[in-house]
Amino acid sequence: MVQYQHARFDASFAALADATRRGVLEQLGRADASITELADKFHMTLTGMKKHVGVLEQAGLVVTRKVGRVRTCKLGLRRLEEEAAWIEKHRQLWDARFDELDKVVEELKRKEKVDGRKKRK
Amino acid sequence: MGARKESDVTSSGGRTQVERKSDCELVISRTFDAPARIVFEAWTKPELMKRWWVPKSLGMELLSCEQDVRVGGTYRLVFQHGASGTMAFHGKYLEVVPPSRLVWTNEESADSSITTLTFEEKGGKTLLVMSERYPSKEAFEAGAGAADGLSESFDQLDELLVTLDQER
Repeated sequence: MVQYQHARFDASFAALADATRRGVLEQLGRADASITELADKFHMTLTGMKKHVGVLEQAGLVVTRKVGRVRTCKLGLRRLEEEAAWIEKHRQLWDARFDELDKVVEELKRKEKVDGRKKRK
Repeated sequence: MGARKESDVTSSGGRTQVERKSDCELVISRTFDAPARIVFEAWTKPELMKRWWVPKSLGMELLSCEQDVRVGGTYRLVFQHGASGTMAFHGKYLEVVPPSRLVWTNEESADSSITTLTFEEKGGKTLLVMSERYPSKEAFEAGAGAADGLSESFDQLDELLVTLDQER
């Protein structure tokens, strides 16, 4: 399960590593669009845009639907959210661990102060 | 890797920040209200490590902790694993620069990560930055969950988080 999720996160990261694909996501955030519209918008060939959309689709960031001869693209944000959730879990674990470390550090600080006073005496 | 900058995924609620810097690297940071020498000490003395590495709420027990903190020295942390067994995390120190830098290997599996800790003191406080770097993204996928003693499953972590939430 964990393996599977990581593999999917990885696809998301790879998909996001390209400026055009990020632009496409931004665009789709405003409104759904056909591949032709996206190709025009980004001054790209239809084939080029199909490839980008394919990468985004594999990563689950975009879903497409073909109606007649037009393929419409829209955002599929679920996996990005999962990825954020995975990072958040890590953060919470380390937060809990570091809260304990805080206590240890406080105690060492107090001890150092006391020892310092003893030494001066 | 630099090209990914804009798409970095970060989580920074609370006081601990976690960021996936690249396909192969996770970076965790937090500021502690103490000089670097004290924070460094808490990472390098087994009797101190034992007190904080496994938060009580995690429901796991750290049975033993051995650290020979010098270049080439080894460490070994043994946890209770389920009801019967134990599991060990081990490796060796590559760099030891008190009180500012610690680098160690994680040798549980062949493709394991390198952990780099830096302690940066400013005005009596210390910024701790911990980087977990894997040799490949495949290794990251396989290891990122396991590296901190949570290899069982994320379910266990979920349980912890529920507990923590309730404590809030």
